Amino acid sequence: MTSKHIVRAYDEELASLGNRIASMGGHAERMVEQSVAALINADAALARKVIADDAILDEGQRWIDDRAILLIARRQPMADDLREIIGTIRIAADLERVGDLGKSIAKRVVAVSDARQPIQLFRGLEALATLALTQLKQVLDVYASRSVEAISFMRDRDEEIDAMYTSLFRELLTYMMEDPRNISPCTHLLFCAKNIERIGDHATNIAETVYYVVTGEQLPPERPKEDKSHRVVLSADGDKA
Amino acid sequence: MTRDQGANAQQIETLSAQQLAAAVPDPIIIFDRRGTTRYANPAAISAFGHIPAGTMLTHKFRTPEMQKIIETALREMRPGALEYVERVPLERAFRVAVLPLEGTNLLMIHFKDQSETRRIDRMRADFIANASHELRTPLASISGFIETLRGPARNDEKARDSFLQIMQTQTSRMARLIDDLLSLSRIEMKPFARTGEKIDIGEIVASVVESLSHLARDLGVTVNFVPPQEKVLAPANRDELTQVLVNLLENACKYGQSGERVDVTIGQSSDGPAPEVVVTIRDYGPGIAEEHIPRITERFYRIDGETSRVKNGTGLGLAIVKHILTRHDGRLSVKSKLGEGASFTIHLPAQ
Ligand SMILES: Nc1ncnc2c1ncn2[C@@H]1O[C@H](COP(=O)(O)OP(=O)(O)O)[C@@H](O)[C@H]1O
Ligand SMILES: [Mg+2]
Repeated sequence: MTSKHIVRAYDEELASLGNRIASMGGHAERMVEQSVAALINADAALARKVIADDAILDEGQRWIDDRAILLIARRQPMADDLREIIGTIRIAADLERVGDLGKSIAKRVVAVSDARQPIQLFRGLEALATLALTQLKQVLDVYASRSVEAISFMRDRDEEIDAMYTSLFRELLTYMMEDPRNISPCTHLLFCAKNIERIGDHATNIAETVYYVVTGEQLPPERPKEDKSHRVVLSADGDKA
Repeated sequence: MTRDQGANAQQIETLSAQQLAAAVPDPIIIFDRRGTTRYANPAAISAFGHIPAGTMLTHKFRTPEMQKIIETALREMRPGALEYVERVPLERAFRVAVLPLEGTNLLMIHFKDQSETRRIDRMRADFIANASHELRTPLASISGFIETLRGPARNDEKARDSFLQIMQTQTSRMARLIDDLLSLSRIEMKPFARTGEKIDIGEIVASVVESLSHLARDLGVTVNFVPPQEKVLAPANRDELTQVLVNLLENACKYGQSGERVDVTIGQSSDGPAPEVVVTIRDYGPGIAEEHIPRITERFYRIDGETSRVKNGTGLGLAIVKHILTRHDGRLSVKSKLGEGASFTIHLPAQ
């Protein structure tokens, strides 16, 4: 085998890691989207599909871990490639967690739909999910385009998600205090909201990894927060009933 | 063959695929057999954002179905088609075709925007759901009053007057609700298109301030607006931007009435990655508690249902604002502290 062939095969192996990340990303986005849709529409069949799909992400992560380790051991990659490979391991782990969180939302669908919830609650949850999904989409888009300039927006979104989560939390508490019969379904919704918020955290982790992979540097520390204000950054149709 | 035809024939022969793709109004991306983007036309960039040459197509379009169809096309150099939906940040649906370009080692992917048809269906369903939900309460109250008027209060002159008064308020609220819902649906139904035509933002703000001067006077609010020294231009749709400003200024006058003053300012900012035009509407009323700020742009979200009803609110104003700004690639930021008024800022990309 000529050295050109070796290089070529190595590139293919590297590329296949990236392709698998993209495909895991697509599945993770789909799972989050569908788990929230199942919750809002009380769709038990869709929830079951999401729960089953989680296996795809588990398998994806295992595959990436195995390949990445083999690649490192056999090829002893240099700095840039090594960063890329370690990056895929980290991103795969975050995406696998996103899948788990989607699955956990899907598992609550039946419990929540036992009693019809106030429509406003679902609006809030949907808006929160839209924020998290947008964040996930944007960071995976940056992974695709490698244009890390766009990444600084992630932090604003993070703040937005936190603010939205806090507000939702209070609202759910109010419903629980109003009527003890709301306690059980609202507790489930509270966990769902928490899960969505954590999906946003994983998106942020991925953003940091992508930044590191592309630039070789850590994402600069957070800039000082704008006083005590919240941004309502408009991004989506999350307010749809 | 005339000389013109001869020249044309020559131009046709040298016309590049890229020139052709650049002229097509639908998103088109040309990629090689490794799935690497070679060229994305302007329509593709406007629809999907930055897609530099070298981007792996399956990294950018990640849905499982899209992955499969691109992989199949690459492996077998055969055409394929599917429906592709993006849910965030705006819901959009496309009819997608993947086509090998004969005689080359290249393929192209073509997107036909189907959002409008889908959106119309969806809006229709949403509209009915929202309208029935929101109209049920005032309707129930009206029918309750009618019952009382026909029964226990049949001969009670005073009760009749006050009941009729309430019923009138309720019916006009229902009428407003329908207006707002219709206007939201209309905006959502229109296709997602940026014309890029720049308009004079200062002029629009001035005309909105003028058109609400009656309302402001009635409420005892002074609106301070100093038009900017030089023209501030940004690409925007005149009617839609007017609607945004009317909603925000109306809110500032209504909910910030106790502050007796509203300041409107226009500025330009280049803090972010791209230059922006910003319009801020600041009131000195009761302000908004922190926990409500992230939520006020949701449909029908009212902080205090009672106050909003008294102020003729439907809870749709800011939902409309949000939708319009999203279409413009812009955003709204809200700053407020309880007791210190509120400031709503519109950010529009200047380019
Ligand atoms: N300038 C403001 N100051 C305080 N509260 C506001 C202000 N603007 C909006 N709000 C609150 O946000 C809610 C939603 O506003 P909007 O969507 O315009 O609906 P509406 O005015 O029809 O109630 C209002 O009901 C009000 O409680
Ligand atoms: Mg309003």
